[in-house]
Amino acid sequence: MSLFIAEGLFKHFGGLIAVDRVSLTVEPGEIHALIGPNGAGKTTLVNVISGLLPLDAGRIILDGVDLTALPPHQRVRHGLSRSFQITRVFNNDSVLDNLLLAVQAQTGSSFRIFGRRADKSGLRERAIELAQQVGLGEALDRIARALPHGAQRQLDVALALAAQPKLLLLDEPLAGMGPEDVAEMVALIQRLCAETAILLIEHDMDAVFQLADRISVLDYGRVLTSGDVAYIRDHPEVQAVYLGTEAAR
Amino acid sequence: MLIRIFPWTLLLVLALFPLVAPLFDFTYYVGFVRHLLIVMIAATSLNFILGYGGMAALGHAGFIGVGAYTVVALVDAGFTSAWGAWATALIVSAAFAAAIGAVSLRTQGVYFLMLTLAFSQMLYYLAVSLRTYGGDDGYGLHTPLTLGLGLGDAQGRILYWLVLAIAALLFAFLNRVAVSRFGYALRGVRENETRMAALGYPVYWIKFTAFTVAGAVAGLAGALLACHNRFVSPSLMHWTESATLLVIVVIGGLGRRWGAPLGAAVWLTLAEVLKLYTDYWRWPLGLLLILIVFFAPKGMAALLDNRGKSP
Ligand SMILES: Nc1ncnc2c1ncn2[C@@H]1O[C@H](COP(=O)(O)OP(=O)(O)OP(=O)(O)O)[C@@H](O)[C@H]1O
Ligand SMILES: [Mg+2]
Repeated sequence: MSLFIAEGLFKHFGGLIAVDRVSLTVEPGEIHALIGPNGAGKTTLVNVISGLLPLDAGRIILDGVDLTALPPHQRVRHGLSRSFQITRVFNNDSVLDNLLLAVQAQTGSSFRIFGRRADKSGLRERAIELAQQVGLGEALDRIARALPHGAQRQLDVALALAAQPKLLLLDEPLAGMGPEDVAEMVALIQRLCAETAILLIEHDMDAVFQLADRISVLDYGRVLTSGDVAYIRDHPEVQAVYLGTEAAR
Repeated sequence: MLIRIFPWTLLLVLALFPLVAPLFDFTYYVGFVRHLLIVMIAATSLNFILGYGGMAALGHAGFIGVGAYTVVALVDAGFTSAWGAWATALIVSAAFAAAIGAVSLRTQGVYFLMLTLAFSQMLYYLAVSLRTYGGDDGYGLHTPLTLGLGLGDAQGRILYWLVLAIAALLFAFLNRVAVSRFGYALRGVRENETRMAALGYPVYWIKFTAFTVAGAVAGLAGALLACHNRFVSPSLMHWTESATLLVIVVIGGLGRRWGAPLGAAVWLTLAEVLKLYTDYWRWPLGLLLILIVFFAPKGMAALLDNRGKSP
């Protein structure tokens, strides 16, 4: 059985159908890329899978567990974690404090009101490990909002990694990055797939062709087609819908 | 070093004040400081949810009223133990806060503000309608509650010292919570609720817990206020009282350790002094608020705090 199964996901905003009966799977160790033009419903799909937006219909199963009815924080506990297209980090805190907060969520109750948050609990080691993993090992004391864009994107991904997910949803991790940062992030994603399966949303076609094991194309909320890199690259409809718009920009 | 000994020195000075005051004919001010300490308790609890939790509640006086009317109800029923009354007030206002929080916390921002305001106004009109407790006219507590343990009645200097002890303990407790795991999570929710949910935090329950604790503490402040004034009326929970608390926390310093005590001290002292000179004492206070918002938007505590950062 697949690691992750989404079945008939449906989401509308008033009259606008943003996600239209989307079904897809992710296999263990796989990078499944999801591409599609602006407004295709990719972020909405990530939002309903992670539970930040309620689903109108459909089912979500991860590692045999039905997550459909669970609130977002419990989905994380079951191994589903996500990053954000528009960077969402704790802007006023240092990189280390950002990561400490992310790690804290995974280690014991956050309803303990007595006693200082102890450093001896291993939070710090784990936080530093995460920083090093994404290439922020030298930036621990930097305030997040003062980081360059590329580093902020790395921090965003590191926060998602703290949960040690079985499935990681990356929503355009390369958004707005320069070529150097892109190369670094692509290398990071390549390393990550040893630890977790990835559903990768991305506009950068070179990166997608380089990283993906499988690609699905989303348009007007629907999965248009799905296949390996070679199949998608040469698919006429895909070229019209997606690569066409890409070329036109 | 100075930071270390300052709280203890302050506590000592406040503890000695009722003994020294009669020598200088300052006895009136013992009552003033007692009132100030009670307002500090309420403001500290509001700072906990507003400053640390980012929940803009405009109904905090409602919980003060619930605490005060709990005392009234107990006294009216012939109950006389101060400890029992205070503990009951704490529990009853926690229950009210839990119920109101359960509904209000499903919304955010201005909707949350409106809902908390609406609930506190409901409590206000409920108190007005309670004829047995005097309705609009309020309810006088003619005999003070008793403390037992050889402490006599809950009034005068004994009440002052008890209020001081409770204020100090609650202040220490809430500051302790701020650096606990819960405190970090609460501030995380203030900074970025969506990310907190995506990190695996039960955001709603974190807010709910903080809101309930703050409501309970405000209720205790209300119970103490009932004993302090020996009189309780619906005006305690008029929405302007909630707004004043909000202003106190904002000028003091949102989410800062000394924010609420400092804000309460400055606000009440200025009001007291200005009232001596003019009937129009409100507008200089308004001016102060405007100046602080423009020149020290992080509050007075931030000006003193040279680290320039909340804990
Ligand atoms: N909260 C919302 N309320 C109403 N409409 C929304 C909401 N979120 C998204 N939409 C609409 O749903 C559609 C899909 O948006 P979505 O953000 O999922 O697209 P996307 O594929 O992620 O686009 P992009 O490539 O620009 O990130 C768009 O038409 C968008 O305007
Ligand atoms: Mg998007």
